[in-house]
Amino acid sequence: MAEIGAAGFDPTTPLSASGNLRRRQFVSRFTEAGATGAAVLAIAVLAILIYTVAARGAGALSWEFLTTGEPTGIGPALIGTAVIVAIATAIATPVGVLIAIYLTEFAGPRATRFMKATLDLTNGLPSIIIGLFIFGLLIKPLEKQMAFAASVALAVIQLPLIARGSLEVLLLVPGNLREASDALGVSRWRSVIGVILPSALGGIVTATVLAVARAAGETAPLIFASSVFDATKVGLNPFEALPNIPVTIFFLSEEGNPTGFTRAWGASLVLIAVILFASLGARALLSRNRERTSR
Amino acid sequence: MLEPASASDVRPPRRNRSAERLRRIDRIGDGLLYGICAFACLLAVVTLLLVAYESVNGASPAISKFGLGFLTSTTWQPNFGEFGAGSLIFGTAFSSFFALLLGAPIAIAIGLYLSELAPKGVRGIVSPLVEMLAAIPSVILGFWGILILAPFVHERIEPFLHDTLGFLPIFGEPQTTGASVFTASLILTIMIVPIIASISRDLFLAVPRELQDGASALGATRWEVVRGVVLPSTGSGVIAASLLGLGRALGEAIAVTQVIGAGSEIKASLFETGDTLAGRIANQFPGAITELHQASLFYCGLILLVIGLLSNLLAQRIGRRFAYAQGVK
Repeated sequence: MAEIGAAGFDPTTPLSASGNLRRRQFVSRFTEAGATGAAVLAIAVLAILIYTVAARGAGALSWEFLTTGEPTGIGPALIGTAVIVAIATAIATPVGVLIAIYLTEFAGPRATRFMKATLDLTNGLPSIIIGLFIFGLLIKPLEKQMAFAASVALAVIQLPLIARGSLEVLLLVPGNLREASDALGVSRWRSVIGVILPSALGGIVTATVLAVARAAGETAPLIFASSVFDATKVGLNPFEALPNIPVTIFFLSEEGNPTGFTRAWGASLVLIAVILFASLGARALLSRNRERTSR
Repeated sequence: MLEPASASDVRPPRRNRSAERLRRIDRIGDGLLYGICAFACLLAVVTLLLVAYESVNGASPAISKFGLGFLTSTTWQPNFGEFGAGSLIFGTAFSSFFALLLGAPIAIAIGLYLSELAPKGVRGIVSPLVEMLAAIPSVILGFWGILILAPFVHERIEPFLHDTLGFLPIFGEPQTTGASVFTASLILTIMIVPIIASISRDLFLAVPRELQDGASALGATRWEVVRGVVLPSTGSGVIAASLLGLGRALGEAIAVTQVIGAGSEIKASLFETGDTLAGRIANQFPGAITELHQASLFYCGLILLVIGLLSNLLAQRIGRRFAYAQGVK
């Protein structure tokens, strides 16, 4: 673009023939190639990663692998992960959405800045620290591991994601909807429940799904809260340690046993598939919402 | 919140009773909504404070035993009750800074590609793919790291770097396996690139088009537009993004502990084994039986928490100054 502009619009072309211009254009081309190369590199790494996991995990996949317990399959771990993440999401979603509502409907600028900083700090906490936190808060006093503690830890990880995501869509709710609701004399809580939340629902669901995808793969807090379990049978009691996919992969990878590696690749493939589908789905939902609100 | 009071004044008297009831319900509803929203915010703040409290509380036996000497001592012998985080702090800084050194330029280049070079259709495909890289769970990245990346690094990259750049002490003799600080840094690089890339892409896209077109019209090449207009106006934002990436790298536990090899000495070479604060916690906490061992691991967590909070606050400060400068313009 720049080159065309410089050369194409000047009839005397004072810029085109000098060696200096050639050098400048070379530098420009060189950096353009570098930037493109960086993008290609990132995508190549992603492709290699997914290809390896798919190629090595596909061999392990079977109906038996998905439904039976140790040592042949990962069924109980799948169910355990689902239970842990479901409870976490059930805790984090209402809290996150309520924080977002507080920030858009009630808070002044100072409270908003403070809460945003709190959410960013929570988002920046390393997950291992959240694991230590949940160990000190629940596991150590109660002297036993339980899936519920893992859920609380994952909820702490999800909370900032859901709150920030909901906040963004709540801010996008058209002002005239709010004003119309106010003009009809509708009280604040009725317009939040009846007008504002429904029009932001798509975005809130997107944020929640992304948070689920993030929580499903978290390993560090689960090592503290739900890592000593019986992986041979399905457990549903959240007050016991439940088998789960990330810790299963972690332990198998540390063991150094080839058949264990095959199982770990299979479990990785299942986990990656779930996470990528969830985030792709959330993304599709988001772009559909964007189109609708921008119209 | 104000409207029901004035609205009811002009209503005809016969509807007064139902209006009265409605107003009472609305007052309760508004109060309730405000109450639970404020409670949710309080919960978030309390959680953050509790995280800090639990870290200090869990670490207190180790703090009272070792004091600040913990930060510099490099002995870590659980059997003898001797703990020091010196080599872990070194390992954390070494691996994270190397990852940032490698990752930040790549990520900024990707951000530039996505905002300046890529056609719209390509951008719509490449952006989600780059972000997908951030969605890969760290345990899978670490597992891939041990089985695929580490052997490759050990057989190809390490000998090559040692042969060509071996005069630098950081590129020392390759060790017996690929588990090394270098491999851990590469894994960390893969983790932080998508974070920095997507933030910097958004920053670059926010640079006013007219400024860039103006520079182009003056005869600037694309690179000169980037160097003269795009980077100067987004510099502090890019630094903030890099700090966020650094924070992520410092705190990553699982993937690092899988590939770094759990060495406990300070070595200048990237190709030696090492360990980080977070990696040590993930590796040893399940087997930590004595109270002092646990407390020492909590102490490591506390150090990590302080470093993490500081870098995050710094990033926020820079980011806010940047937003402020943007707003003024």
